[in-house]
Amino acid sequence: MAPHKLRIDRDSSGLDGGLLARLHLDLPLLLLLLLICGLGLVVLYSASGQSAEQVDRQLLRLGVAFLLMIAIAQVPPVVLSRWSLPLFLIGLSLLLAVLLMGEQSKGAQRWLDLGVVRFQPSEILKLALPMMLAWYLSMRPTPPRLLDIAVVGLLIAAPVLLIAKQPDLGTAVLVASAGVTTLFLSGLRWRLIIGLCVLGAAATPLVWSLMRDYQRRRVLTFLDPGSDPLGAGYHIIQSQIAIGSGGLHGKGWLGGTQSQLEFLPERSTDFIFAVLGEELGLSGVVLLMLLYLAVILRGLSIAAQAPDAYSRLLAGSVTIVFFVYLFVNMGMVTGLLPVVGVPLPLISYGGTSLVTLMLGFGILMSIQTRRKLLQSE
Amino acid sequence: MLAEVFADRRGEKRLFRTRALVLAVLVVLSLALIGMRLFQLQVVRHEHFTTLSDDNRIKIQPMPPTRGLIYDRDGVLLADNLPSYALTIEPEKVDDLAATIAELSALLPISELDRERFRRLLPQRRRFEGVPIRLDLSQAERARFAVQSHRFPGVEIAAELSRSYPQGMHTAHVVGYVGRINEQELEQIDRSDYAGSTHIGKVGIEKYHEAWLHGHVGYQQAVVNARGRVLERREEKTPLPGRDLHLFLDLDLQRDAAAALGDRRGAVVAIEPETGGVLAMVSSPSYDPNPFVGGIGFKAYAALRDDIDRPLYNRAIRGQYPPGSTIKQFIALAGLASGVATAREGKYCGGYFQLPGHSHRYRCWRSGGHGTLAMEDAIVQSCDVYFYRLAHDMGIERMKTHLAEFGFGEPTGADIAGELGGLLPSPEWKRRARNQPWFPGETLIVGIGQGAFLATPLQLAAATAAVANRGTYMQPRLVSATRASLGAPLDPTEAKRRLLPDKDPAHWQTIVDAMTNVVEGRRGTARRIRNDDYRIAGKTGTSQVFTVGQNETYNEAEVAERMRDHALFVGFAPIDNPQIAVAVIVENGGHGGATAAPIARAVMDSWLLDQRVVPSTENAAETTSQ
Repeated sequence: MAPHKLRIDRDSSGLDGGLLARLHLDLPLLLLLLLICGLGLVVLYSASGQSAEQVDRQLLRLGVAFLLMIAIAQVPPVVLSRWSLPLFLIGLSLLLAVLLMGEQSKGAQRWLDLGVVRFQPSEILKLALPMMLAWYLSMRPTPPRLLDIAVVGLLIAAPVLLIAKQPDLGTAVLVASAGVTTLFLSGLRWRLIIGLCVLGAAATPLVWSLMRDYQRRRVLTFLDPGSDPLGAGYHIIQSQIAIGSGGLHGKGWLGGTQSQLEFLPERSTDFIFAVLGEELGLSGVVLLMLLYLAVILRGLSIAAQAPDAYSRLLAGSVTIVFFVYLFVNMGMVTGLLPVVGVPLPLISYGGTSLVTLMLGFGILMSIQTRRKLLQSE
Repeated sequence: MLAEVFADRRGEKRLFRTRALVLAVLVVLSLALIGMRLFQLQVVRHEHFTTLSDDNRIKIQPMPPTRGLIYDRDGVLLADNLPSYALTIEPEKVDDLAATIAELSALLPISELDRERFRRLLPQRRRFEGVPIRLDLSQAERARFAVQSHRFPGVEIAAELSRSYPQGMHTAHVVGYVGRINEQELEQIDRSDYAGSTHIGKVGIEKYHEAWLHGHVGYQQAVVNARGRVLERREEKTPLPGRDLHLFLDLDLQRDAAAALGDRRGAVVAIEPETGGVLAMVSSPSYDPNPFVGGIGFKAYAALRDDIDRPLYNRAIRGQYPPGSTIKQFIALAGLASGVATAREGKYCGGYFQLPGHSHRYRCWRSGGHGTLAMEDAIVQSCDVYFYRLAHDMGIERMKTHLAEFGFGEPTGADIAGELGGLLPSPEWKRRARNQPWFPGETLIVGIGQGAFLATPLQLAAATAAVANRGTYMQPRLVSATRASLGAPLDPTEAKRRLLPDKDPAHWQTIVDAMTNVVEGRRGTARRIRNDDYRIAGKTGTSQVFTVGQNETYNEAEVAERMRDHALFVGFAPIDNPQIAVAVIVENGGHGGATAAPIARAVMDSWLLDQRVVPSTENAAETTSQ
C-alpha cells in the first residue's frame, strides 16, 4: 500500500527529488501562480497607463511575496499548528491596538504604525483565524459538538467584529468566510448548517442596523446604481461599461478606452478586472477564471489528500479564502455584489493582500510536500 | 461514543472529502454565475455598452461659423470680425496662482475687476483650460508680455474673433450691433445651430439679417478622457460661414448727412428712387455700438438710456412724427387720383376755414389768407385752407386709402429691425383705439398732416421716392447684395416694386411741378436751397409739438426749445432723372424751409456733386437761428 502511494506522489510532483522537492514547492500550484501573476503584470502595465515604474514596483512585491511563500513552505504543518494559538492571540491584540491607537485613513482606522512598517493587522487574521480554528477543531471530535460550535463562533466573531468596526467590510467578509469554511469542512451537521443559514438570514436587519452610513449607501447604490451615476454609482456603471464594451475578444491590449482614458476609477487596483474585461474581452476573462479555478481545485485536492485534520482544515480554508477574494472582487466589478474594497487576487496593484495570499499558498505547499513523510510515519 | 468517533479516522477523512467536493461544486457554480454575468455584459448587451463607452469618450464639439461682414456700397467695412486678445492662465501648469498674478500685474495693468472675473471663472473651468486674467490686450501689451513670456509657463495669449464696427457711431443706427445671446433669444433660435455661438444680432441690420449673417454651425468629434481633456479631433463638418452683406448705403453720404444734421436731434433718410436702396440713414444723436459687443457696463448703459437726447432711439425708423405740410403733395395726388379735385380748380383761402354749421375756425398758417389758389400754388405756398377744403371734399376714407398706397400707416418692410409704422388715422382706428367717434374736423387736420397722423422719416423718404418715380413705389431696402464668401459672386437682393393706381402722367407732372416751384418759385417755402447745378423738387413741413390755443398766436421765442415745432423737408433731385430722394426731420428745428431744407440740400450736394460737408456745430447753430 505504502510503496504504491509513494509512486503516485512521485508522478504528481514531477521533478521529485529535485530542487522543487527540496524547497517543498508544489509544481502545478507554482506554475498556475506564475501564470496568473504574469497575466496580472501584463494587465497592470495597461491599467497603470503603461507605467513601467508601477510594474517594476509590483514585480518587486511579487518577488518578496514568492520568497515569503517559499519560506513558509519550509515550515512543517506541525510547527504551524503550534503557532496557531499565539498567532491568533497576537492578531487579536493588534486589532484591539488598532482600534485604540491606529491611524486614520479615508475614514477608516485600519493601519498600525510600528515605526518601520505600517500594516493592517486584519491581514494577519486571514491566516491566523483558519489556523486557530483548524488547531482547535482538529483536537475536538468530529463532527463538532454544540459547545465547540459556540467556541468557534466566538473565535470567528471576535476578530470579524473588530475588523468590521474599523470599518473594513471587505476584510471582515474574507475573515468570516475563512472561519465559516473551516467550520463547514470540520463536518458540521447539515441540519445545523441549514439552521445557521436561517439564523443568518434572520440577522440581516441587525447587520443593516450596525452598518455605517457609507456602507448602507454602497448597498443601496449596488441595488440601483443609476440613482447616483456620478457619485457612488459611478464605479459600478463605468466598470460595467468597460466590461460590456469589451465584448467577446476585447478592444485589444492597451486599447481600452474606458481604462486608458481614465473613465474607469481604481483601474489598477480594485477594478483591474474591468480593464481585463475591456481589453481582452470575454476570452481573456474566462482564461483568468479557468486559471483561478485550477488553483482552487488544486488547493482543495491538497486539502483532501492531507493526512491530518489540522492540515486538511487549514488547506481547505486557505483555498476558500482565495476563492472568496476573487468572487467578491469579480462580483463587485461586474455589478453582482455591492462595492467592497477587495482586490483581485494576484492581479491588483498592491502588496498587502499579495503577501497574505502567497503565505497561504506557502502553507498549501508545505502541507502538500510533507504528506508522504507524515504518512510514512 | 467518543472513542468510536476518534477511531473512525478514515470516516473523518471521507467526510472531509465530501465537504471539499461540496465546496468545489459551490466554487464552480459561483464562477459559472460570474461567467453568466460576463456573458450578459459582454455578449448580450455588448452593443449597449459599446454605445455608452463611445458616449463617454467621444464628445461632439460645435464649431461656430464666422459671422458675415457688412460693407457699404463701395466695399468699405461697416462690421468686421477682429481678433481680440486675452491673457489666460492654465491653472494646471501654474504652481502659485497668486504669485503669478502679482508678477503679471507688474508687467500689465490688472484691475480689481479682472481679478474678480478670474476668481469667478476659475472654479468653473477645467484645470487645463485657460482662464482669462486680462481681456483686450493692446498690441503694446502683447509685445511686452511676449518678451517676458518665458517667465510665465502656463500663461498664454488667446485670440478670438469679436465683432467690431469700425465706423462707430456713424453707422450704429443702420448696422446695429451684436451682443451676448440672452435667455429670451435662446428660446427663439435653433439651439443646435447656435451651439458654440455666443453672440446674436440685437438691433438694426445685424438683427434683421441674423439668418444670413450667422451662417451654420459645424461639428467636430473630439476624443476626450475622463477629465474632459481633448486627446484627438476627427471627422470635421466645417461650419458654413455667414453671408457677407453689401449695402446700398454710401459711407461718405452717411457721414455728410450726419455732419449736415450736426448736433441737432433728428433724422435723415436718403433713398435711391430707382431701386429703393437706402443711401443714407442717419439718426442723431448716435452712439458707439462697440461697447455693446463685449457687454456694456451698467453705468455706461444707464447713461445712454437716460440721456435726454435719447441716442439709442433710431429716429429714422422709429421716430413717428406728424408729417405736417410734407404730406400736402400726397393729399393733392389723392385728390387728383380720386377725381375730387383738378389741378386748375381754385379754392379760396381767407385765412381760416369753417365747417358748415360750426363756429370753430381752422386757421391757415398765413393769417391774412392766400386768396384763391390753384393746386400748384397751394402746394408751393403750403396753404392750409386749400387742403382743409380738399380733405373735406375727399372725406377721410378716400384720403386714407390713397395715403396707404404711399406706404403710410404700415412699416415699409425695409430690411432693418425695429421699424415702426406710424399712424394713418381713420374712423375705424379711432373707434378701436380710443373708443370715440370720428369728428369731421379731424379729417381737415389729417389733410395738413397734423393731429394723430404720424409718419417715420423712412416712410416719408420712400413715399417721396415714389413721386420721383412718378407712380412706382419701391419698398426701401438696405442690403443690395449678399455673398457666400470673399471670392464668390454677389447675389443681388430682389427689389419689391408696387405700381400706384394713379396712372395719369399729368397728375404726377402737376405734383412734380408744384414741388419744383417749392424750391424754385419766387414764393416757394424752400427757395433758399435753389441752385444752378441741379433742380430739386421738394416740400417743407412744420409739425406742431405744442398746440396753439384758439385765440393765441405762436411765438417761437417764448416756447421752450423742446416744445418748438419739428422742421421737416422731403424732396428729390434731379427732377428729370431722380438720383436721390431725401426726408429730413429736425426735432424742435422750427420751420422746415429754414432748418430742414438746407440739410437735404447738403445731402443732395454730397450725392450729386460729390461735395463734402464740413461738420461744424456753429454752422448748425447759425442755421437754427435763421
